[in-house]
Amino acid sequence: MATMTLVQAIHDALGEEMERDPRIVLLGEDIGKNGGVFRATEGLWERFGAERVIDTPLAEAGIVGMAIGMALDGLRPVAEIQFADFIYPAFDQIVSELAKFRYRSAGQFTAPVVIRAPSGGGIKGGHYHSQSPEAYFIHTAGLNVVMPSTPADAKGLLASAMRDPDPVIFLEPKALYRTAKGEVPDAGSAVPLGKARIVRKGSDVTVVTYGATVRVAEEAAAQAEGEGTAVEVIDLRTLWPMDIEAVIGSVEKTGRAVVLHEAPRTCGFGAELAALIQEKAFLHLKAPVARVTGFDTPFPYALEKLYLPDARRTRNAIAAALSF
Amino acid sequence: MELPLRVVLREDGSADPELDPGLDDEALRILFRKMALLRALDEKGLNLQRAGRIGFYIGATGQEAAEIGSGFALEEGDWVFPSYRDQGVALLQGYPLSELIGQLFGNSSDVTKGRQMPNHWCDRAARVVSVSSPVATQLPQAVGTAYAAKLRGEKIAVIGYFGDGGSSTGEFHAAMNFAGVFRTPNVFFCSNNRYAISLPVARQTAAASIAAKAAAYGIPGVRVDGNDVLAVFRVTRDALERARAGEGPTLIEALTYRIGSHSTSDDATRYRPAEEVEAWRGKDPIKRFAAHLKQRGLLDDPEEKAVFEEAREEVRRTVAVCEAAPPVPPESLVEDVYAEMPWHLEEQREWTRMPEKR
Repeated sequence: MATMTLVQAIHDALGEEMERDPRIVLLGEDIGKNGGVFRATEGLWERFGAERVIDTPLAEAGIVGMAIGMALDGLRPVAEIQFADFIYPAFDQIVSELAKFRYRSAGQFTAPVVIRAPSGGGIKGGHYHSQSPEAYFIHTAGLNVVMPSTPADAKGLLASAMRDPDPVIFLEPKALYRTAKGEVPDAGSAVPLGKARIVRKGSDVTVVTYGATVRVAEEAAAQAEGEGTAVEVIDLRTLWPMDIEAVIGSVEKTGRAVVLHEAPRTCGFGAELAALIQEKAFLHLKAPVARVTGFDTPFPYALEKLYLPDARRTRNAIAAALSF
Repeated sequence: MELPLRVVLREDGSADPELDPGLDDEALRILFRKMALLRALDEKGLNLQRAGRIGFYIGATGQEAAEIGSGFALEEGDWVFPSYRDQGVALLQGYPLSELIGQLFGNSSDVTKGRQMPNHWCDRAARVVSVSSPVATQLPQAVGTAYAAKLRGEKIAVIGYFGDGGSSTGEFHAAMNFAGVFRTPNVFFCSNNRYAISLPVARQTAAASIAAKAAAYGIPGVRVDGNDVLAVFRVTRDALERARAGEGPTLIEALTYRIGSHSTSDDATRYRPAEEVEAWRGKDPIKRFAAHLKQRGLLDDPEEKAVFEEAREEVRRTVAVCEAAPPVPPESLVEDVYAEMPWHLEEQREWTRMPEKR
């Protein structure tokens, strides 16, 4: 066990998996000598060489396309998209190529690529350095979508992603890169994909969330506890395919659910979560499923704090569910 | 800057001794038979679609020299990233005709389970990658596969096919640029058939040629007569050898002409003058090669007829077998999305078994 930040945990996962599996290569912009703009790959270029830690020209479709071709012939590429906001030039390569090779070739071709992308707001980055694009990828058949909220999970989930036979969109909550610190198990301890984490147990209401809003939920839950409300907080960790049993099991117990994420509200992942909860736990529900989300606006610069879901908004939703 | 056009077969049927690749008689006969097979496949594909027996077809009529000449230059171990018109290359690399035709029917004779519309085939064993409809998306992928081979020290080449329309895409640019920077063992083969559906090349580029664009990426560009099977073979072989020797990528532009419509869903009479098509019919690459073979004493009129008849018969026989296969099972709808089926697809698989509950 060692205490480290979330970005250090990402870094350690990359280094340890590269030691373990010579098929792993990293590619992206500024990831080599510069160690990545967030320093996630710092020192790996020196350690593994420029042939395995590849600084690419500036073209996201080229990066993802190249990663696909590598994976088709046995490498295990991990592509870094500098910010999730810059992933859209590679959208076709991800949605129609990466995600579809297994299906369209009936299993003849597979593309086990991990795409890492710093995601979400909270760093005063404005529209082009703050977006949460997870819903696009959850909606796309053939992808795993993962987002850790702790250093231990970041390391363990990334290790699992690099061993998975299918493509993984690995969204890293950049606001937590250096603010989330915690104990991380030593080498080789992967956290399985598809399993949620019960962050805190409670019997009155379930908050389902992931990424940077996990700590928002924890804060709201701690405040609610002072008023005698026991909030269960679920960190999905793998957004899709999600751990349906953890969520439905919890809601069947509490009878109330709040879904919480930074991404915009309309057709956000929260909409799918709300739909699943009402389909599978309708008779247990004592209140409508509530959503606490970002706004249906472009991500703002000056009004970032207003835009981002906080403990106050989450508590309001919890209170509304309890008094319904 | 005008790059020279590489030509081997002269008007009189003779070959330029300077550029003649020196293929032996058997190889020349194979080239001819494969060109005839590709033509026969097109005739049948079009008829099957018109008769409503398959949903769609994309032909390569008029482009047989570019297809077969380049495909014949590939060696075992090389990778092919095709576009939807490159069935001739796939067949040369070992993709079985029965699988290709099975794919047209999309029934259980299709090893890819009817997942895609006709002409979107693949063959992992032959290293022929799955075809996608969006153009040129395969090119940066071809760079990645070439990079993997280079990293492992394998002496293979990776060829990516596309058309004149594809040369306008961002992916073409990314692939050329990445391949140039990483000096990957790639060959980029552009079948410039003069039309991207309805748009002539002048609507794709103001450059003197597509091959000329290679200069901007620091890689060699080659222009070849795409209706000259020996010239196409020669330049492709040279580029592949260059790639395998670690000398980096090459962009080849084969100048040819799409005799048919873009696909069975297109009507080229809307945008092309009949005289233009007729003029190109006179430059038929198969007839041109036949004239050369006859001059060499490797072919005569009855043999030429017999080769076509044999090709048609092979296609006919294969169609009969494939068409008789049963449909794909409904449950296969939810297979192969992931390596292991997740809970939501398990649920949805139940709906394929009990449609009334959907």
